This record gives sequence, C-alpha cells and structure tokens, in this order.
Amino acid sequence: MNNGSKKIEVQKLNAWFGATHALRDVSLSVEQNSVLAVIGPSGCGKTTFVRCINRMHELSPSARQSGRILVDGQDLHARGVDPVDLRRRVGMVFQRANPFPTMSIYDNVAAGLILNGIGGKHRDLVEKSLRQAALWDEVKDRLPQSPLSLSGGQQQRLCIARALTIGPEVLLMDEPASALDPIATAKIEELIRELQESLTIVIVTHNMQQAARVSDWTAFFYLGELVEHGKTEQIFSNPREPRTEDYVTGKFG
Amino acid sequence: MKTLARRKFWNGFMTGLCALGLVAAVAPLASLLWLVISRGISSLNWDFFTQLPTPVSEPGGGVANAIGGTLYIVGIACVLGVPIGVGAGVFLAERGDGKAGEAIRFMAEVLSGVPSIVVGIVAYGLVVLPMRRFSALAGGVGLAVLMIPPLARSTEELVRLVPRTLREASLALGVPEWRTSLRVVIRTALPGILTAILLGVARAAGETAPLLFTSLNNQFWNWRADRPTASLTVQIFNYAVSPFEEWHRQAWGAALVLLLLVGTLSAAARFLARSRVGARR
Amino acid sequence: MPEEAPRARVNLPDRAWALGQGVLGGGVLVVGALILLELWRVAAPALQKVGLWHFITGTTWDPVRDLYGALPFIYGTVVTSVLGLLIALPVSLGLALFLTEMSPPRFRTAISFPISLLAGIPSVVYGLWGLFVLVPILRHKVEPFLSATLGFLPFFRGAEIGLGYLAAGVILAIMILPTITSISIEVLMTVPGPLREAALALGATRWEAIRIAVLPHARAGILGATILGLGRALGETMAVTMVIGNSLNISLSLFAPGYSLPAIIANEFAEASGVLHTGALAALGLILFIVTLLLNILARLLVRMSRRGPARVTA
Repeated sequence: MNNGSKKIEVQKLNAWFGATHALRDVSLSVEQNSVLAVIGPSGCGKTTFVRCINRMHELSPSARQSGRILVDGQDLHARGVDPVDLRRRVGMVFQRANPFPTMSIYDNVAAGLILNGIGGKHRDLVEKSLRQAALWDEVKDRLPQSPLSLSGGQQQRLCIARALTIGPEVLLMDEPASALDPIATAKIEELIRELQESLTIVIVTHNMQQAARVSDWTAFFYLGELVEHGKTEQIFSNPREPRTEDYVTGKFG
Repeated sequence: MKTLARRKFWNGFMTGLCALGLVAAVAPLASLLWLVISRGISSLNWDFFTQLPTPVSEPGGGVANAIGGTLYIVGIACVLGVPIGVGAGVFLAERGDGKAGEAIRFMAEVLSGVPSIVVGIVAYGLVVLPMRRFSALAGGVGLAVLMIPPLARSTEELVRLVPRTLREASLALGVPEWRTSLRVVIRTALPGILTAILLGVARAAGETAPLLFTSLNNQFWNWRADRPTASLTVQIFNYAVSPFEEWHRQAWGAALVLLLLVGTLSAAARFLARSRVGARR
Repeated sequence: MPEEAPRARVNLPDRAWALGQGVLGGGVLVVGALILLELWRVAAPALQKVGLWHFITGTTWDPVRDLYGALPFIYGTVVTSVLGLLIALPVSLGLALFLTEMSPPRFRTAISFPISLLAGIPSVVYGLWGLFVLVPILRHKVEPFLSATLGFLPFFRGAEIGLGYLAAGVILAIMILPTITSISIEVLMTVPGPLREAALALGATRWEAIRIAVLPHARAGILGATILGLGRALGETMAVTMVIGNSLNISLSLFAPGYSLPAIIANEFAEASGVLHTGALAALGLILFIVTLLLNILARLLVRMSRRGPARVTA
C-alpha cells in the first residue's frame, strides 16, 4: 500500500495575500498513497497550503508565492505546465459542499467531462465514481434530480464523486466535514481510508480526533509556519515541539 | 412646550396627509388603466390585429404592421444590445475591480439617465445620415443604446450573486476559465439575466421618442432593415395628435395593445424571477 | 525578496475570452463616447453659425429664415419640470413616509407593485391619457377654479384652454412620482431602527419621531431622489409634447401654451430642412444631454452618500 515514493514535494514554499505573509518557508513531502492531515488553529495557513498544490492560490488577485512544489518530481510552475491540466491530476473537495445547482445529480458527477466538452457516454464512469464515493445506493434511482434535494452529507460525497470522475492522482480536501453532522462525518472518514488505496490525499482539518483517525502523517501549522511534521502517532503521542503539544492537548487553538 | 392634544393633532394630521399621497398616486393610475381598457376594447377586433391602417375617410383598418414593426425593431435592438449589455455586465463582475471597471460602471450608471430623445438624435447621426434614409435599423440602434446600460448593471449584480465556491469547484475540476464562466457562472445566473433582458425589452417596446426620426413610420408592411418601419408607439402618437375622431379611437385601441404587450413581457419577467427563487430553495 | 509567482500560463481560449469580455465592457464606454461625439457632430454647424450665447438667449425660432433661439424651449422645460417637481415631491414623500413609517410592511409590498406598474407605462400612453382626459379636466374645472381663487397672481391668468405649462407639469408629476417614491422608500429603509425607537421611547409621537430622527437622516438621499426625478422630467418627451400646446411662447401664466426642448426635437427633427435646422435641433439635444448628465452624476453621488450615513450635505 505504501510504496514510500514521494508523490508531492514542497520546498521552501512562501505565500502572500497582498502584504500578509500567509506561509513561511514550508518544506515537506507526501508519500504516494498516504494521507497527510494538515492541522492548526484558524488562520495558520493550512487552507492556503493546499490551495498552492493545485495552483488555486494564484487565482486570488493579490496572491503571490515563491518556492517550489513538485508533483511526481515535476515543478508545478515549470514552463509548459498548464494549471488547467494540473487540476485534473490534483482534485479538490471544498469546505462546504458546492454541487452545481443548475445540473442534475448525474451531470454533477460527470461535470468534469461535460464542462470540458468531452462528449460520449459517461454512465459507467459516473457509476464507478458514485460507488467509490459510497453514494451509489442512495442516489441511483434519482440521478436526474437536482443535487439540492440531497442532504448536506450526501452533497459533500457527491462533490467527492465529482472530483473522482476525472481520475485525479491526488485529492486535496479542505475541511470536508466541518459543516456535517457526526454520522455524515464518519462516512466521509471511512471513505478517505478507502480512497487511499488509489490516491494520495491531503486533508485540512481543525478536528484533531479526525486527523488522528484518518491520517498516516500529520503536519502542524502555526502562524504560517510548519511547526512539526511527522507520523500521526508520533505527533499525537509524543510531539517534539512544545507548541505542537500545547495544540494537540487542547491548550490553545 | 406644546400641549399633548396639539401634538396628537399634528400626528394625526400629518398621517392623514401622507395617506392622501397614496390616493394622489393611485388615482391617476386607476383612471389611466380604466380608460385605456374601456376605450381601447371597443376598437379591438380581428381586423385590428390583421389589417393595415386605412386612410381617414375609410372606416376600419388595423395596426398589424405597427405591431409587427415594433417586434421587428425591438428584435434588432436585442441583437445589437443584449451581447454588449450582458458582456459588459459579465466583465464588470469578473474583472471589474480595476480602474477600467470603475469607469465602465460609472458610465453605465450615468447613461441610464440620458433622455431617450437624445438617443434618437445619436441614432440619427450614426445610421440615418450615412444611409441617407430612415430605417428600422436606425430605430433598433437607438433602442439598443437605451437597453445596454441598465442591462450591464443588472447582469453585473446577478453574476456577482453566483457563489465563488461554484466557480472554484469548476476550476478545481480542470475546467478552463472561459468554460467555467460560460457554463457554470453565467449558466447559474441565466434565469436572472433573462429576466433583466425581458424587462429591457418591455421598456424598449414602449419607447417612442428614439423612433420618431429613425425608423419613422410606414403605412405598409416592411421587413427590410434599411426602410422606414411602423411601430405601435409612433402610430399611437400620430393617431392621437390627429384631428380625426376615428383615429383617436384607433389610438386608444393601439394603446391597449401596447399595454398588453408591455404588461405580458413584465409579467413574464416577474414569473421567471420567481421560479428562479424557487429553484434555489 | 518574494519572487513574483509565475502567473498562470493562460491558454489561448482563456485569453480570447478575457479579451472578448473586455471588448464588450469597453462597448459601454464607446456608447457613451458615441453619444457625445454624434451629438456634437450633428450640432456643430448650427452652433458655430449662431454662437452658443445667442443660441441659448435667442427668443426667435424660425427655420425658414435660419434664426435659431432656444430660450422659449429652455424656459418651457424648466417651468414644466419645476412645476412637476413641486407637485410630485410632497406627494411621493408623503407616500414614501406612509408606506415605510405608518403602515404594516405587508401593505408596502402590496402597494409597491402598482407603483412599479406606474413606472412601466409607456410615456406615449401617458400622453394619450393627458390629451384626452387631463386636458379637458384642466380646461373645464381646474383652470377656472384657479383663476377665480388665485387669479390675482400672474401665474393663473389668461385663456383657459387646458393645453399648456400646467398640463405638462401635472403629467410630469404623475410620471416622476414612481421614481422619487421608490428611491425615497429605499433611502428611508436605510434609516437605522434604533434611531426612531429612541425617539419614540422618549415619548415622541410618530410624526415627531419622523421629523426629529428619520427625515434628517434621509435628507441627502431624498434630495438625490428629487434631482433624479428632475432629470427624468427634463428629458421626458412624448407626454409633454402631447399636452404642452407646442407654441413658441414665453409666458408667466401657467395656463398658456408653450414648448419644451424634447418637444421641439420630437416635432421638427424628422422634417428638418437642411444642415442648420437639424444642427440647431441637435444642439438643443446636446444642452439637454449635458444638463441631465450633470444632474444624474450629482443625484447618484447624493444617493450613494446617504446610503453610507447621515446627511452631511445640507447644513
């Protein structure tokens, strides 16, 4: 399962919004088919960090960055790397479920293909994605309906299925369960464990139990700095840094 | 210090005065609607919708060519005005935070108040003078100029209402910006934009001043863009200021048709706006 | 030193899309420029021949002899617009206060529909109604009454024919009423609730609360609404053309027939003989354009200001 090769390598990453220095000299790497949890208090730069990996950060008008990010050894900002192509390899799931309200459930799952003008029959792909997202049984009879008729947790799994359809190698998840109830959250966590077999996952969370449950590795960010990065058991049982200890034991944040 | 009784009297008096404002506002509206309907309805018959106007001495006749002409000129205006209006609105919403956006927004806001007769002169200078003849095209240009500013403003607002997260969801799927704009952002705002277009069309259909010396008038059918064309509004004006009793009757009839046309368009716009709210939950 | 993020290498369709948007957005600026340019181009021959000062102050308008003086039209436009405003302002302010401060919200939504309906009626239909309904009422009822009671004033003397400044003023009042009312309502709704509640809690009557707390706060916005209404009135064409009497005349009496800037353009432009006549009419349009433009800018600034906070303009 874990073949140990480096899927993502981040080297001395700095990011800014206008004058705000959001990330400072962050360096870490993520192994293939592992789950990295990114934790830290609000405003510590964890969301900015994942948004750099699929080059969504640079869409903000005042955004700047420096440093290098490699996926499969290739620099994201090398000449000839189209962010559009990159985002097909590095998918993303957002904090709040954001299905396209004008499309049916079916079309939402196939959206990555439909919106790119790729025609043909997507039926098998749609079913596969929905099964992967553990949503198939719940929606198979209502595929032409509006996604807004689904519950919050179902909508979020629909968004995961949507991200899976284009066949990404990496999945970035930005607090995917923060707006969900415990049962829906448990389903998403279960899903992350299953998806790990075929994907590399980076998940941002403010919920430390969740990080402990779903991840192999954990990175703790504080005020834009990467304070500590290590195996999840180690971070939670035996942190090296006092700040990490304070955070995971609930002393602040 | 005024006594309580006096203060209470003033309160009641001013409240009454304000309520009187309601009567003063509604009374002319009621009178106008009632007269257009009651006087107009007697002119309406099958001929009115299918026949050409007749000379003064002959009774009967209709305004079929004027109805067709209004639709034709407004159609030309839509072809010219809707892309610019909607496009400018999308530009303002998606890239309008800089200086250029500021200038365009200000211009659109200010242009909304330009008198329509002035726009008529502009269309005359732009189209009638070079072509050396009055034409449906000139009328369409005039109406388009009137349609663009409000359409740009409302499109901007509607596109800005589309949640950022939808845009990001699409981009994160590896969809290029232009497809995201068209097929996610604009698509989501589309019912609202259609409402705005319909309202603009309703307004344009009721305009007279920009047509008086652009599309002029025509007693016959015309479907050529480079020829004078009849319109309901100009026809109403000509009939109303004529000295003939019979034509006055026709004017009321045409006014009723015009109100029905404008009313239907506005009602359709309202209906569309409402169904959009329903779909969004 | 932060290096600039290598900007997203935008692909060709995206660049075309951005460009297309920019072109369409620029279209609005082009339209604005075209309006000024075309007006000037058509008007220039007449303005150069007559001279701006002579044009504005001249009282003779005789295309046959190529004499162009705009004063009767300017006078008629100003008189009818101000008259319309004088009638419409108290009515719409009262209506707006009644709807926002004195009646339940349900009533406001119920009434706002007919008001928006009023705004959607084409002006030629107002003209039709004015010509065949309003003018006879003025001729037979209102003008005799006014001259009997207020006839000692110069404004209410002369032949009672119905058509004239008074008719135009009344119809303008009816037409700008929805504009002023709806903006006033909008402005009044932005007055913070605690402000009037504080006044009411101190034992003020409702009217006193409005006078002390609400009106001062909304003053700039209402002024803006008024100017916007004035802008509409100045440019209104069809209804005025149909009831003002179309007579080259400068008279103190409101009963007298007159002319307005839009009305002369509407009546003569299609049959204008020659470059000078057309140019003089376009010059009237140019005056109208510039005046309404300035009023609009002023009004928008005022309304925007009042949305931000209490009145600072009117001392």
